[in-house]
Amino acid sequence: MELKRVVVTGLGALTPLGNTVSAYWDGLVNGVSGAAPITHFDASKFKTQFACEVKGFDPHDFMDRKEARKVDPFVQYAIASTDEAVKDAELQFDQLDTNRIGVIWGSGIGGLKTFLDEVATYAKGDGTPRFNPFFIPKMLVDIAPGHISMRHGLRGPNFSAVSACASSTNAMIDAFNYIRMGMADIIITGGSEATVNEAGIGGFNAMHALSTRNDDPTTASRPFDKDRDGFVSGEGSGAIILESLEHALARGAKIYAEVAGGGMSADAYHITASHPEGLGAKLAMSKAIADAKFNYTDIDYINVHGTSTPVGDISETKAIIDLFGEQAYRLNISSTKSMTGHLLGAAGAIEAIASILSVKNDIVPPTINHFNDDPQIDNNLNFTFNTAQRRVVNAALSNTFGFGGHNASIIVKKYHA
Amino acid sequence: MSDIASRVKAIIVEKLGVDENEVTPEASFTNDLGADSLDTVELIMEFEKEFNVAIPDDQAENISTVGQAISYLEKNVSN
Repeated sequence: MELKRVVVTGLGALTPLGNTVSAYWDGLVNGVSGAAPITHFDASKFKTQFACEVKGFDPHDFMDRKEARKVDPFVQYAIASTDEAVKDAELQFDQLDTNRIGVIWGSGIGGLKTFLDEVATYAKGDGTPRFNPFFIPKMLVDIAPGHISMRHGLRGPNFSAVSACASSTNAMIDAFNYIRMGMADIIITGGSEATVNEAGIGGFNAMHALSTRNDDPTTASRPFDKDRDGFVSGEGSGAIILESLEHALARGAKIYAEVAGGGMSADAYHITASHPEGLGAKLAMSKAIADAKFNYTDIDYINVHGTSTPVGDISETKAIIDLFGEQAYRLNISSTKSMTGHLLGAAGAIEAIASILSVKNDIVPPTINHFNDDPQIDNNLNFTFNTAQRRVVNAALSNTFGFGGHNASIIVKKYHA
Repeated sequence: MSDIASRVKAIIVEKLGVDENEVTPEASFTNDLGADSLDTVELIMEFEKEFNVAIPDDQAENISTVGQAISYLEKNVSN
């Protein structure tokens, strides 16, 4: 079977750095931190009291009060970013075969806030169950693609991919595969997450996964720095319109980049810790390179998972050196989580957008907050510390790794006819 | 309008996102006010909470208009 080429024809983003793709990209290239004290709830009793929240978002800009009330924030975010992407791609659904347009969406957890509120209400009562009838359909992780399909009347493949912090990369790879196999013309993909709430912060705090640098939130996410002390929770959404090249050309769509390949693996090692030698990470990256029919020298930029945890940053670095050899020192590496925080199931989506725009604009966004080298990390690598760098980026690889040991890597490259 | 009627109407306006003028006694939750089956269940639960009553399922099935809700609550709410 001849596989179709797949291109990116639209983008949407709702992030801690800005509520549109252009605001997000401006924040990235200018090295802005999205971290600030938590406003969504009273965090005064929590070990971590800051996060990278979405700012100034009003769901009523996108849906009426009744609709907004019936969906969890992770769905509100999904709707906002997919609206932007649909508009950006100039999709006129009434002129397209909507049976061949799908939605494959990632979220690590889904409606955590809804779950928390409903169960808390139950726990406060006398044991009589008084759950809201919208409890289950608000919480389900797959309800996001469901709502997106209903909003636009899209009857193609529709489901969620769930692999914790790799979720939206898995979603994008699925979308890529369905389109190149000819099973859909267009798929709206990406992911959303809204876990800056008592359960999310409390749960990750209990694991000692989060930075507790409460006195200086904007420098807390510092991947590869000697004094990194955990990740910073983020929230938001990224939407990507993937389309077969022939379909995009037929409707005269603008093309941001081409999807070159995807790779997936498991560590088969531990529920939360990454394999110390980065075995699973290496496997996912090498499969993506093979899928793209690339040599290692074809990659100019790696948007790393790089969460700013003491252990994870080391194993990912080892994996890159092991796999790329000399090229590891020639390419640029950056962790945009230094600015956005960690959006969990939406991380892959917004980081793919960063990679796509890097390929399109020939700019590598930085890893901010580098103060001191970590002797356990090879600092001859170019981590793009503190300021963005201009360079030709013909192809970029984006890594995401999730609790459970899931690894997913996707490669985008410049589109040439 | 009775106190109960005005509170019932306020709940319906809030939960169904409809205009107050549409909330007439004859208005059906599903046919006139755009409610689906889950909205209707939620409305009944809100009435129970607001008026501190338990509405059994077999009684709830007979409440499908604004007027039916008001008259049920006027009969069953003590104060």
